[in-house]
Order: sequence, then structure tokens, then C-alpha cells
Amino acid sequence: MTSSDASAASRYPMGSAAFPHRHLLGLAGLQPWEIAFLLDEAERWVEVGRNVLAKKSDALSGLTLINAFFENSTRTLLSFEIAGKRLGADVVNMAVARSSVKKGETLIDTAVTLNAMRADAIVIRHQSSGAVALIADKVDCPVLNAGDGWHEHPTQGLLDALTIRRRKGHIDGLKIAICGDICHSRVARSNMIGLATMGAEVRVAGPATLVPLEVESYSAQRFTRIEDAIDGADVVMMLRLQNERMAGGYIPSAREFHALYGLNAERLALAKPDALVMHPGPMNRGVEIDSAIADDPLRSAITEQVEMGVAVRMACLDVLTRARRGVEGWA
Amino acid sequence: MTMLAIVNARLVRCNAEPQIGAVLIQDGVITDVGAINPPSECETIDAGAKLLAPGIIDIGVFATDRAAFHFGGITRAALMPDGPPVLDDPGLIERSAKAGKPDLWIHPLAAATQGLAGHELAEIGLMQQAGARAVSTGRAGISDAGVMARLLAYAGGLGLTTIVHSEDEGLTRGAVATDGEMAMRLGLPAAPACAEAMAVARDLALVEITGAPIHFRQITTTAAFNLIRDAKAEGLPVTCGITPAHLLLSDIALGEWRTFARLSPPLRQESDRQAALAALADGTIDVLASGHDPRGPEDKRLPFADAAPGMAGAGTLLTLGLGLVRDGTISMARLFTLLAGNPAKLLGVNAGALNVGREADLILIDPDTPWQIDAQAMSARAGNTPFDGLPVQGRAIGVWKGGTRVA
Repeated sequence: MTSSDASAASRYPMGSAAFPHRHLLGLAGLQPWEIAFLLDEAERWVEVGRNVLAKKSDALSGLTLINAFFENSTRTLLSFEIAGKRLGADVVNMAVARSSVKKGETLIDTAVTLNAMRADAIVIRHQSSGAVALIADKVDCPVLNAGDGWHEHPTQGLLDALTIRRRKGHIDGLKIAICGDICHSRVARSNMIGLATMGAEVRVAGPATLVPLEVESYSAQRFTRIEDAIDGADVVMMLRLQNERMAGGYIPSAREFHALYGLNAERLALAKPDALVMHPGPMNRGVEIDSAIADDPLRSAITEQVEMGVAVRMACLDVLTRARRGVEGWA
Repeated sequence: MTMLAIVNARLVRCNAEPQIGAVLIQDGVITDVGAINPPSECETIDAGAKLLAPGIIDIGVFATDRAAFHFGGITRAALMPDGPPVLDDPGLIERSAKAGKPDLWIHPLAAATQGLAGHELAEIGLMQQAGARAVSTGRAGISDAGVMARLLAYAGGLGLTTIVHSEDEGLTRGAVATDGEMAMRLGLPAAPACAEAMAVARDLALVEITGAPIHFRQITTTAAFNLIRDAKAEGLPVTCGITPAHLLLSDIALGEWRTFARLSPPLRQESDRQAALAALADGTIDVLASGHDPRGPEDKRLPFADAAPGMAGAGTLLTLGLGLVRDGTISMARLFTLLAGNPAKLLGVNAGALNVGREADLILIDPDTPWQIDAQAMSARAGNTPFDGLPVQGRAIGVWKGGTRVA
């Protein structure tokens, strides 16, 4: 940790004032010290996770965690499940296939039902922006947003910030390029907000159809040539190109996207020599990123991101349930 | 013969500040108005110097919501053809027209195309014979310019105005908000505001070649107001309308994904709202309407993009309009030209003004009564108002339809 980050970390207040929020619905509106606090909390769970003999804590022992995923997910669901279990919580996964959920009162009804089951924390993913906030309004326990529509994916933003901070020692002042489909990406939004809050210089790049002009309201610089964004960057973060965008609506083809916007060795050479390569996964190898780069252990932090994901989610679950667990200074 | 006089009222009439006077009504028709002495034998109501105005004629409502209309001082409403069922058949027009009588007159708008699908013309002429007084494309526009050209020509030939929704479908498909920082931050699919001006430009070109009258039901953007202003200067038969929501709210109101603020067209950015106020003041806008579309929780207690667009506006149209007068945006006389005079002209009905020979559709207004808009306690079928909690002033305290008191 650099001195500037150490001082930022020491600046957050004691007890619940360090993170005075009931839910984690997004990184928008969070103070830099609140994000720093969550990252610091996550650090110790990284150590617990690496302990071969005992990965488990009993912090959330006896509490019920419900993962309600209204949209398909493999890694985020798994990550939250492992995070809950390592904290000793009873974890229940509720995968609701989209087809079986009728729109309408069902979403609110589901929220009321989960609430009636006395969940102690609920993790929600939903395909509609704002859906998680809608549910959070109806339940008595903390709600964690695991991705809502195009809006936000705050734990992804936090795990990316943690990965960068561990590799680079700090976040402030770093030049971070976020590349690909910005328009339809909740990961991009959470990262633009989170990284800018932590003092990074955020650049976004991609085909003009996928990079809205409004990114400038996040104090991000907008580029339509990926080379301009990568030039001199400390971190190059590639986003997943969703299959439905490849069919000619927003870009002509996956092949053309790869040729113009894919991360290859030549383009990466424009970044700083020690630039970090990141991707939230799952990757389309040969579309947004070349395999050789994704698999280069010196440059790629992609597997580390997955590891940090568990730690960050443990930290969020721990912090958000402290009030109901009666933790000193939080109750 | 029944005779009624409403005396000691401040009369809201064209091109003048309200002046104290009286209205004499015989058999449901205004027979004298102004500084008159009513005959001694007739029933007299002392208005206590409150405002007496023509009943509101609300162009483009989606439900026949008697309680809300009467609360809001609305005596006639032009019903959108969206249904269900879609009003594309003379029998349905006839039935809808009877739904409110006698104390509320519904003027059903004929669906422009069969099933409002935008392809084949509906039986506009037969619907006109059944009572339709204008044609409407419904919630959506007609994307095929060829269909639109034939529709305008055909309806115009019958002397009917075509009422259109103006959004270019290619740009707005799937969108639930207007492009801008708000939509970006909320993660909502959005369309550029120019989608409206593009649709207006196309239709104005078609009006130019057909000479057919058109009414743009809701115009909300700077560029579209400029086009309409120019078209009027050229003498084209063009009018346009707006709702209080688009005059008083911007897309900031979408914050926290408030589905009551999900409207079609969507709430715009502040610069467009300012342009709308200017267009209201300079006469570019002809009609102020509620867009009344009561929606229950099953349509609104949803994530923003999944919720249905629309607002319950009938109960708040008058009071929000009075606010525009109080703010100095428009005069009282102009407010009722927007709410009653111009809508009457558009529909060709003998109402909408305090003139001799007009139907006695009247509202008595206390312009000062303070009250608070409350989504939980609306007289409408549903409380989906984007103005929930707003303190307002002024409301209707008496409503007469054809000389008979109905509220």
C-alpha cells in the first residue's frame, strides 16, 4: 500500500460511520473512504481464503443468506455462495429462470416472500435496471446488488478496484482504459464510478455505437480508437462483448470487432510496460481479447479478479450484516 | 323551459382578464353572458366572485374515468382509440360515445388504421358517421410514410383532423427514456430526443402535399417546436399539444427509477422543458391536455423499463394549469383557450367558450384553495401521478354539463 492510500484508509471513521449504508445497490454516491474501507476489509478475507487449513470464519454463523438470481449467472452466483459459506452463513440459492417469472407483482411478491422467510441478507441479480432497488425497498434485511440491467454491478467494481490496488499499490492517478461495450455494461458503469471516485483517470473506448457520449458525465474520457485509450495506460480492462451485440446491430461482426477493437500484443504494447490486463469474464477469446494476453501471468490479472471477488463479497456481507449481528460500534 | 343564472362570477373569456358578470343558461345553452341582469323568475347561483370558465375539453385520454374528470373540471374528453378494444369499428365508436352521457361527453377518436397496426386504413368515414370527430394513430405513430400520406389525405378529405404521436420508431424502439446523463446513470435504454423532430418533419412534409389538418398530440422538444412554429408561419393546418408533466418536469424526475415518471414521449432534458414553456407562451402550443392514463400497481410497481408508460393526469390538469398562470407563463384567458377553446375547435364541438349559443359546459373555480396532490388519495382510478406530494392551489368547485350541475 502506498502512503497516499494508507492515509486514505486511516481517514475513515470508526464503527458504522465507516460504511453507514443499509444496502449495497451501487457504487454511485459512495465516498472514497467508504470504498477504501470495504477494500481494506476485503484484504483480510483474501488471507483467510488462502489458508489451506481453514478457510472458514464463523462471522455469519446462524444467519441465512439468500442468493436470488433472476438472470443467469455462473461465476457471480458461485462467488457469492462461496463467500457466504466461508463466513459460516446458511446459503440458499434461488435461481429463477426468466421464463418462469411473470412480470408484474411477481417481483414484489418474491421480495415479500424472501422477507417473510427472515433472510438476513439477500443478494439479487435481475435483468432490469432498478429492480434491485425496488426489492430493497420492500425488505427488512440488507440487499446486495449482484447486477441489475445496465445499471450497476458494485461488487465487480470493488473487486476490480481491489485487484488494481493490490497489483499497483494504489488507484489514484492511474490511467485506466475500459474497452468494449460500455453502453450496455453495468460493469463499465460501476467501474467508471468506483475508479473515478478513487482518483483514477478513467478512459473508455469502443465502437461509437457502444460508447455513449454521456460517459463524460462520469469524468471519463471517451475514445473511439482503442489505441488512443490504451496509450500510456496502467490498466487495460476489456469488457465482454455480449453475443446479441455481434449480429450486425451495433457492430458489423465479431471478426471486425476483433480486428478494430480486440486487445492484441501490438495494442497492449502502447500501454505502460507493466500495464495490467483485466476482464470481468467470461471471455470471448479471439473477440475482445487474444488468448496469449489473457493467459500471460505477468500481465493478466483475470484469475486474480475471480479470487478478489470472493474476498470482496465476504467483506460486503460481513459489513452489511454487522448491525443485525450486534457487532460493537455497528449495532 | 329551464333557466339558470350564475351571477357574481369572474368570467374567463377570450383575450381578456376575467371580469365580474353573469351567465344565463336556457335549456342547456348559454343565452346571455357578461354584465347582464338575469330575469327575476330564474334560478340564480351566486358564484361569490369565483372564476367561471368553460368546462375543460381534454384531448387524448386513455380511459373514461368519470370521477377524475369531474374532480378536474373536465366536461368532455376525446378518448384515444387504443382500447382494448381498439376503436377501429363504427359500432365501438358509437358505444364509447355513449359511455359518459349525460353528465360527461366522450368523443371517441377513430383509430387511423385497422387494429392500430399501422398498415390498412380503418373505416374512418363510417366511424365519422358513428360520431368520431377526429382520427388518431394511438399511442404509437405510423412508421410507414406511404400509409401516413394516404391516411392524412383520406381523413383530410372527410374534414377530419389526424391526431398523431410523434416519435421515429427506428430510433425509439425499446427505449424508455430520453438520451442523457439521467438515462445513462440509471442504466435505462434511451433514444435521442431528435426522434420527435424527425417524425414531425416527415409529417409536416406530408401535410404540405395533402393540405390535410394534423394535430401533434404531445410535442416536447426544442427542435420539434421550431419545426411547428415555422410550419404555422407558412400557414399549414398544424396544431400541437402538451401535458403539464412535460412543462413542469424534466428527466431528473426519473431518479430512483420512479415509474410514475415513465411517460410516452419520455420526460426530456431541462433545455427542452424550457423550450416547451417558451412555446406555450408564444402560442406555438395550442392544446394543454392531461394524457390521462390511470395505471394500477400491476403496471407500475415494476422495474422502470418493465413498467407501462402513462400518468393519471385528469385530476391535476386544471390546478397545474392555474400554476402556469400564477407563474406568469400564460394568462388566464389563454389557459382556457388551451384547455377548452382550441380543443373545441379541433373536435368541431359547440362548446369551449362562454359565448352565446354554446353549450353550457361550465366550471366554477376557486383559484386559491391550497391542496396537495396525493397519489394515495386521487379521485382517479389509479394514483400514478408524477406530481405526488406537490402542493398546489386551485380546484373546480362546481361543474355543469349542458346546464346541469354534475359536480
